[in-house]
Amino acid sequence: MTVEQIGSEGKDQFPIGMRVLAVDDDPTCLLLLGTLLRRCQYHVTTTSQAKTALKMLRENKNKFDLVISDVHMPDMDGFKLLEHVGLEMDLPVIMLSANGDTKLVMKGITHGACDYLLKPVRIEELQNIWQHVVRRKKKDRCNSGSKDKPHPDSGEAAGIGNVDNNGKLNKKRKDQNEDEDDERDENGHDNEDPSAQKKPRVVWSVELHRKFVAAVNQLGIDKAVPKKILELMNVEKLTRENVASHLQKFRLYLKRISCVANQQANMAAALGTADSAYLRMGSLNGLGNFHTLAGSDQLHNAAFRSFPPSGVLGRLNTPAGLGIRGLPSPGTIQLGHVQNSGNPTNDLSKLQSFVPGNHNTNILQGMPMSLELDRLQHNKSVGHIGELPTTDSTTVFPGSGNLVDARITGFSNNPLLGVTSNSLMLEGSSQQATSHTSVSAIGFQNGNALSDFTSIAPASNQLQDSKAGSQGQASPINCNAGQIIRSAPQEWNAPRKDAPYQSHASINSSIPINSAMIQLGQCLDRNNSIFHRTTDLDSVGPLNFVDPLSIKHGEGDNSIMEPSVIEKEGYLMFQPRPHGSHVPDNIGSLEDLASAMMKQEGGCNGYSLRTSI
Amino acid sequence: MERNPMRRQLAIMRQSLFDQGHVDEQFVQLEELQDDANPNFVEEVVTLYYRDSARIILNIEQALERKPFDFRKLDAYMHQFKGSSSSIGAKKVKAESTLFREYCKSGNGEGCMRSFQQLKKEYATLRKKLGAYFQLARQAGPVETASRPK
Repeated sequence: MTVEQIGSEGKDQFPIGMRVLAVDDDPTCLLLLGTLLRRCQYHVTTTSQAKTALKMLRENKNKFDLVISDVHMPDMDGFKLLEHVGLEMDLPVIMLSANGDTKLVMKGITHGACDYLLKPVRIEELQNIWQHVVRRKKKDRCNSGSKDKPHPDSGEAAGIGNVDNNGKLNKKRKDQNEDEDDERDENGHDNEDPSAQKKPRVVWSVELHRKFVAAVNQLGIDKAVPKKILELMNVEKLTRENVASHLQKFRLYLKRISCVANQQANMAAALGTADSAYLRMGSLNGLGNFHTLAGSDQLHNAAFRSFPPSGVLGRLNTPAGLGIRGLPSPGTIQLGHVQNSGNPTNDLSKLQSFVPGNHNTNILQGMPMSLELDRLQHNKSVGHIGELPTTDSTTVFPGSGNLVDARITGFSNNPLLGVTSNSLMLEGSSQQATSHTSVSAIGFQNGNALSDFTSIAPASNQLQDSKAGSQGQASPINCNAGQIIRSAPQEWNAPRKDAPYQSHASINSSIPINSAMIQLGQCLDRNNSIFHRTTDLDSVGPLNFVDPLSIKHGEGDNSIMEPSVIEKEGYLMFQPRPHGSHVPDNIGSLEDLASAMMKQEGGCNGYSLRTSI
Repeated sequence: MERNPMRRQLAIMRQSLFDQGHVDEQFVQLEELQDDANPNFVEEVVTLYYRDSARIILNIEQALERKPFDFRKLDAYMHQFKGSSSSIGAKKVKAESTLFREYCKSGNGEGCMRSFQQLKKEYATLRKKLGAYFQLARQAGPVETASRPK
């Protein structure tokens, strides 16, 4: 065997001397395989342990051209090994198994195997495996040459939606990498593309990956293209190919994790984004997956959807209805926008965005929430709520936005979350939410998160109180939301003009949030009305509860808060308690709400709600 | 000592292995891998097989003693066993393993037990025959790669 020829220029001798790593726990099969491979004049290394194989590969990626591995192994699943090799080394991997079930073969392909052989393997089959190595190199070369690697990009894009493509993409990536490796040794000149040239393999450290994820989140998993990600990440010496390759793997990973996460993510994304941020969040949805927002996919969509079409939304938009004086109609629009994204999370974020700038709008902000709530009902993921207008003005919301996010995650139980956002002011910053707490998310797990509010109340200037987030209905989203939110710049903090106000708001929100959350979800329909109400403090009429709330609201910092704010709260709380959870049912009684909330909050008492009621 | 009669006998023995369905085409593959550098390759592989598969057989036996049957585990063992058996071309053994797995999949404990008994029989028979074959082969000296039975 011309071992020497391997690696470098063994091209002419290739496939002779191709370096193969064979892994199989069955000694009989391994001996046979090794012998067969040697007969094909490859350079063979055998091991019966997958872990050993990985170790060898990690020690020196360039030591091997191809890996052949059994599927069923005691120490590590063959597919896992396949994934590792694909992710870390990008070498072609051939799966081997006595089981030729279509499902298994498919699994192999989706995990990135470039071939799947059945045992007992014949020498004829092995004589051709070198083609996989060549194919990869060729792709790399072609890609490199063109500077623009269409494959990876397209592959990635395709990969997103298509598992098979991913598999292929992996191959391509592997090819590319291999090619790069080759290039390193041989001619780097072929490709002007720097990526094609020998480049030290990029190690995706935690930091780097975090940046990557943030960038993807920002762009939205569906829209994240390597080039943009690269720009966003702004890391030196990172090439588009690196990013592309990593993105592909990332997508594969995403696909594998549950789709619930997606839903959650969506929510988070939706919630988190403030203004534009929100919008982005929507796109991030993909990211949400990671975070696993509470998945109220439905909520998002529902909520969002409702906006534009529903009268509710209309209400919001209408200044009158909104009561939000400043309500950013654009914000609302955005909401609608969000919906399109289809990801609940997206929507949420959008919601948040709309608020920007409404001071009075607090109510408004709340309003959208209510709208959302309606929708949210379906979705637990209230997440939307976070959206609440970030308007800095009084509306504490901006902060709420965050909360919302948090909540969204938590929502799963309570659609209310959306509602709370109003009070929470979550809107603005998803980040805030995160910071705050995820309050929502955390707190609320069951919607009762109100308790979280309490925390808010005390202080808060910050509506941000993510505490309100406690409304967070329970969801882990908090974390996620937080993440997403992070991306969304939250004005939430900034706006607070009045600190007191803010806190006030927060408090209010917190309380209502819980109840609201709960109720919101339930009452979604009601929300509309409520929502409507909140905007107009004056007009509060229909919702009984609303009124009281709004009024009282002020108690805390109320002073600062504008009536609109109050309204919000009242409104939030009132969301008809669909669940009947803590908050007294329907709105009818603010008091109930307040008490319900209070209970939950525990500390909320301080909230004016109660008093106000 | 005349090799011819021995060789002839060896050839006959070999042929009967195929004719009786104990081994299949894969066995020929093993033979083809045998060369000057690897003069006893086939015997080596078969020996390794019997050594390693004995362990699996034992596992299966133990698993069959525990009731109720853990079909998933039984199937996993058998899958492994089948893989190695097919690698050496043990045709009847492989067929019986497939049957065993079918029974596992359908949760047929009785079928599993019956099939396993049959499998052990075939397994033992093959071992005996191959043992005799290799012994003769060693005595007969290097065996040229005989023409395929087909």
